[in-house]
Amino acid sequence: MSGAEFVPLSLTPLLIGICAAVACALPGNFLVLRRQALIGDAISHVVLPGIVVAFLLTGVISAWPMMLGAAGAAVIAVILIEAVRRLGRIEPGAAMGVVFTAMFAFGVLLLEQTDTSSVHLDVEHALYGNLESLIWLDATGWASLMDPEALRGLPSELPRMALTLLAVCLFTWLFWRPLKISTFDEGFAGTVGIATAPLGLALVIVAAVAAVAAFDAVGSIIVIAMFICPPAAARMMTNRLERQVAWSVVFAVAAAVSGYVLAGYGPLWLGGADAISAAGMIATMSGVILAVTARFGPCRTRTGAPVQG
Amino acid sequence: MLRDALLLQLGYNATLVAIGATLLGVAAGCTGTFLFLRKRALVSDAVSHATLPGICLAFMAMVVLGGDGRNLPGLLAGSALSAWIGLLCMTWLTRRTRLAEDAAIGAVLSVFFGFGVVLLTVIQTMSAGRQAGLESFLLGSTAGMLRSDAVIIALGGALSLALILMLRRPMTLVAFDPEYAAARGLPVTRIDLTIMGLVMAVTVVGLKIVGLILIVALLIIPPVTARFWTDRSDRVVLLSGLAGGLAGYVGAALSASAPNLPTGPIIVLVSFALFALSLLLAPGRGVLAAVLRHLRFQRRVHLRQGLLALAQGQPIYEPLTLRLLRRNGLVRADGVATETGRARAAKALRDEKRWEIVRSDLAHEAVAALYDGLRDIETVLTRDQIVEIDRRIGGPQGVAT
Repeated sequence: MSGAEFVPLSLTPLLIGICAAVACALPGNFLVLRRQALIGDAISHVVLPGIVVAFLLTGVISAWPMMLGAAGAAVIAVILIEAVRRLGRIEPGAAMGVVFTAMFAFGVLLLEQTDTSSVHLDVEHALYGNLESLIWLDATGWASLMDPEALRGLPSELPRMALTLLAVCLFTWLFWRPLKISTFDEGFAGTVGIATAPLGLALVIVAAVAAVAAFDAVGSIIVIAMFICPPAAARMMTNRLERQVAWSVVFAVAAAVSGYVLAGYGPLWLGGADAISAAGMIATMSGVILAVTARFGPCRTRTGAPVQG
Repeated sequence: MLRDALLLQLGYNATLVAIGATLLGVAAGCTGTFLFLRKRALVSDAVSHATLPGICLAFMAMVVLGGDGRNLPGLLAGSALSAWIGLLCMTWLTRRTRLAEDAAIGAVLSVFFGFGVVLLTVIQTMSAGRQAGLESFLLGSTAGMLRSDAVIIALGGALSLALILMLRRPMTLVAFDPEYAAARGLPVTRIDLTIMGLVMAVTVVGLKIVGLILIVALLIIPPVTARFWTDRSDRVVLLSGLAGGLAGYVGAALSASAPNLPTGPIIVLVSFALFALSLLLAPGRGVLAAVLRHLRFQRRVHLRQGLLALAQGQPIYEPLTLRLLRRNGLVRADGVATETGRARAAKALRDEKRWEIVRSDLAHEAVAALYDGLRDIETVLTRDQIVEIDRRIGGPQGVAT
């Protein structure tokens, strides 16, 4: 395919998809190991009331208020879950279920109550995202990457997602040792002077930030899938955290690229006319990767020993 | 308007929806209880999301075979099939690989749902004219509910309730203590799968009314609500069914009483309101009860410490202690002890000395463990024992000059 077609139509969605996938997969590694994998699920549900409230307050569909609203809703949800868990002495899973379903229902109700027919804001959008529509109209070919005029026309999701990815990488790199120690042995981490509670909260907040930023571009399906599937698949491959993180990044990129390509070109190869949902396809591909590693990965069993020949 | 809705006076469709929602709520509440007691509440989330590809595939199959793609029993059968596959995948991931259950839940949930979304977009392209608004299964839609739909829901609900009634004892046993159940020879895995099958049935039945994203709420919130009110599992099941049914009924009535009130979310929010009320007001486990218990405890501690200070002639500065002593008529406004106050203070000091003897005597070891600084000694020792201890303390003694 020529650059003239690829760069404007596919390059930016692909890059955004990759950034979102990696930004979610990195904190996902720790969440899966800490058995908090469903935090991503909860966050991606409560994002809906957040953006609806932000829309009602500002009256416009623009990125920053909606991201702030979504982040606020995520923080409120985390606090509420903790409050319900402690005040009601309820197990964490049920507390999470109570809070995120109620908040999601509230979001749907608000959406139905307000007149959003004039703007593009609906539940389906929140779920599927609109990865395919993030095209770069100003680009004419590979040369546009050097052209400041054309670069100004980049969809704003790309720099935002790249920035988020950078922040997530920075967090993981800076707090690598404390994160690693407190993930595997919280008691020991406490005795060597690591503040485990704030660190755990920080991890959840970083995950929420990644989820909210990714959600804006690609919808909540990818967010949940990328929090869980690549790290889970990576866990089947190795017993070392460093390699697991590396594998999860590889798997996330692989899922994003293959999913996007299959969604965009797969139907054409099969003789169809229209593309299918890229977000859904990326999630599906991550599932395929997980299925393959769960069946053949060298460290898939619980004991962790590599399976002999 | 709301009164009419609550009394089922708003026409045929609204009445059907209200009855269906009530039945669904009861069935979901009872089923969810076992899931909740088994500490696997969020499994329902994976099951419900896993229905989506089945719905789409069933629709496509029915269209290809020349039928009407919107046939509800067909769609429900498809959704049940894919939910079952999702469930098996999840069980396999948890049992055969090193993944914990939450990761397996999340993986199944997101992958099946993502695949369902892919199929949805395929359906949109394949028969643009006939695409049946399958999106309505995401959040439910009760607008065009038919009598046959209501009958399906009623049958499904009744069937799951009957199954629960039959299997309540083994399911309760497995929920509380799977190891013991296994030792008794119960097929734990099969009972677990039965619970999941019930969850799946409720999910599939509820697709039409509340949709697959929110059906989780009907399975989780009522049991959590019911748990606040009782510690007996059979009553939790009953109360949970009641809470679910009430939420379904009131929610359906509310949503029928005004425009733009979608049924599913309203039912969930009513259910959440019941939960919030229980969290605050339930006796025993509620927040208000806990606060009252704490305040009562605080008052007892302050009163006790105040009396000990009075007895030993120490000045009291703590305002709450002073206020409590004054209100109970134990000290006068200027802080000097009254007659009763002096008597109670002397008694408190003597009790303290008695406890000291009890705690230093190994013969009273069991009683000494009950010492918390507040307990009246009369409640743990007989009168004879106290007399014996008093003899050891002895009466007031003069100092030899």
